[in-house]
Amino acid sequence: MTLELACDVAERDVGVAFEVATGETLAVLGPNGSGKSTVLGVAAGLVAPDTGRVVLEGRVLTDVGPGRPGLLVPPHDRRTALLGQDPLLFPHLDALENVAFGPRSAGAGRSAARRSAQRWLDEVGVGELAHRRPAQLSGGQAQRVAVARALAAAPALLLLDEPMSALDVAVLPALRQTLRRVLAGRSAVLVTHDPLDALLLADRVVVLSEGRVVEQGVATEVLSRPRSPFAARLAGLNLVSGTWRDGCVEAPDGLRVHGQVEGGPLAQGEAAIATFRPAAVAVYRDPVEGSPRNELTVTVSELEPLADLVRVHAGPLHADVTVQAAAELELAAGQVVRFVVKATEVSVYSRS
Amino acid sequence: MTAPRPVDLPRWVYVPALAGATFVLLPLVAILAKVDWANFGALITSEDSRTAFWLSLKTSTASTVLCLVFGVPLALVLARREFPGLSVLRSLVLLPLVLPPVVGGLALLYTFGRRGLLGGAMEVLGVQVAFSTIAVVMAQTFVAMPFLVVSLEGALRTAGQRYEVVAASLGAGPTTVFRRITIPLVLPGLVSGTVLSFARALGEFGATITFAGSLQGRTRTLPLEIYLQRETDPDAAVALSLVLVVVAVLVIGFARQGRGAL
Repeated sequence: MTLELACDVAERDVGVAFEVATGETLAVLGPNGSGKSTVLGVAAGLVAPDTGRVVLEGRVLTDVGPGRPGLLVPPHDRRTALLGQDPLLFPHLDALENVAFGPRSAGAGRSAARRSAQRWLDEVGVGELAHRRPAQLSGGQAQRVAVARALAAAPALLLLDEPMSALDVAVLPALRQTLRRVLAGRSAVLVTHDPLDALLLADRVVVLSEGRVVEQGVATEVLSRPRSPFAARLAGLNLVSGTWRDGCVEAPDGLRVHGQVEGGPLAQGEAAIATFRPAAVAVYRDPVEGSPRNELTVTVSELEPLADLVRVHAGPLHADVTVQAAAELELAAGQVVRFVVKATEVSVYSRS
Repeated sequence: MTAPRPVDLPRWVYVPALAGATFVLLPLVAILAKVDWANFGALITSEDSRTAFWLSLKTSTASTVLCLVFGVPLALVLARREFPGLSVLRSLVLLPLVLPPVVGGLALLYTFGRRGLLGGAMEVLGVQVAFSTIAVVMAQTFVAMPFLVVSLEGALRTAGQRYEVVAASLGAGPTTVFRRITIPLVLPGLVSGTVLSFARALGEFGATITFAGSLQGRTRTLPLEIYLQRETDPDAAVALSLVLVVVAVLVIGFARQGRGAL
C-alpha cells in the first residue's frame, strides 16, 4: 500500500478515508464542494485536518487529532508533487529550469538536473521548447511542462487536481494520452469531474458527495453500474434508487421500475438501484395502454438542447428525444408526461 | 488597433492639475536658474562638499543595506503570517513614514543616547553611538526602512503564494523557496523599495541633526552641509542642492524601471 489517508476537516465538513495501492492511480470524483480538493490538500500537507492520518510508503506524514502526536510533515518534505488546473510555471525560469527545479531542490548538481529535466521534457513531448519562457508557451504546452516538472521531482505520490479542466478542448486528447502513459504504474491521486479521465487514467475511483465517500471501486464498474446520483450523472445514466419489492425497484416516492437483474438475485426488501440510458426513454403525453413496459408519470422541469436531440429533464430523470418529437409533443416545462422505458433497457442491481 | 476613446474628463480639472504640476516643477527651475554655472565645478568639489557628499553616500548605502537585512524579513512576516496584533504592528512599523523626522531623532536619542533606554547597557559594552557616524546610519535606517517594507509587502501580497506552494510540493525547503521563487517574483518591488529607501536615507535631515548632530566629516551629511552653507555661501548651497536634485531624478528613473518590469 502506497498511501493510506483518513481525515476529518470539520470546517469544510469533510470526513474521508481511502487507500492507494502501489502503482495505482485513484480518481476522486465528486460535484463541486464535495471535498475533493480538501482531500488533496490533506495529502499534500497544505490542509491540517482536525483528526487525520496520512501514511505514504510506510512513513507517517500526518497524524493529528485528540490523543495523537500532532505530527504534520511540511509540504516540501512529503514527496507529494502537486499538479493543478493552472500550470503555474515559475515565470522567471525557462521550461528547462522549471523542470530542473525539483531535482535541484533535492540536491542534484546543475548539469545533472538539466539532463534529467531535458529527459522529462522529451518524455511529455515538448523537448524542443526547453528554452522558452512560460509566457511563450501555449496553455497545453505549459501544462505538459508542468507535468514534466512534477514527474522530475520523483514524487512518491503524484497529486493531480483537475489537471485538464483549464485547457482548450482541442489539446485534451493528446494530453490525456500523455498522462495515461506517464501515470501507468505510478501512484497517483487524480481529482476530476470528467468520467473519461476516470476511465482512461484511473484504475479505481472514489466518489465523494458532501464530504463523504459514497461509492468506490474499479472505474469501469462504478461508471457502468453507478450507485450514487453523481456517478450516474457522470456516466450519463438515469438512476432510480429504492428497495427490491415484488420484482421491481420501488423508490420512496412510489415510482416502480422493472428491469433486468444483474450480478446475482436480489432479496425482497433489499436496497436496489435501477439505471437506464436517457436515449432508451420514449416520451408520451397520454397514458400508454396495456404494455409490459415501465411507465413513469413525471413533470417536465427543463428542456435542454443537446446537439440534434432535446434532453427532457423531469426532476432527477431525463430523456433524450429528437427535436421533431419534442416539437410534436409540444413539450414545455411544467407539463405532465409519461416516460416509457422497456424493461430490457433497465439494469437492476444491488446497492451494496 | 486604435485605443478606444476615453471618457471625457471635466474640463475644469486641467486648471488645478496644471497649477499643481507647475507648483512642483517651478522650484526646480528656480534652482537651475540660481546656479552659479561658472563656479559650479569648484563649488561642488570643495573640501567640505566632497567630504559631505562621500559621507552621505557611505551612510546611505550602509543604511540601505540595513533596511534590506531587517526590512525584507519584516515584510515577509507582515505579508505571509497572521497573528494577533499584526495590523497594529504593521501600523507601528510604518510610523516613521508619518512621524516628523525631528521626533524620530529625539526618540532615537532617548533610546540609544547616553542617558537613553539602552544607553546604560551600551555604555557598559563600551559602545557610544549618539553623535557618531553610526548614529547617522541609524537615523537614516529608522526613516527609510518603512519605504522598503511597504513596497515589498505590497509586492509579496500581489504575487500571492501559489508559486511558493508549487515549489514546496516539488521538494524545495523554505529557504530554497525564498531564494529561488519568492525573491525573483517580487524583484521589481524589491528594487523600487530599495531605491526609495536609499533616496529617503540620502535626503534625511531632521532625525540626523537631532540624533547625530552636525560634526564635519563624521555626521555632517549633504543635506546638513547644504543647510549650513545656506548661511555662509549660498552659491555652494544651491550647487549642492542641484546635485541632490539630479540624484533624486535618477532614483525616480530607477524606481520607475523597477515598477515597469512588473
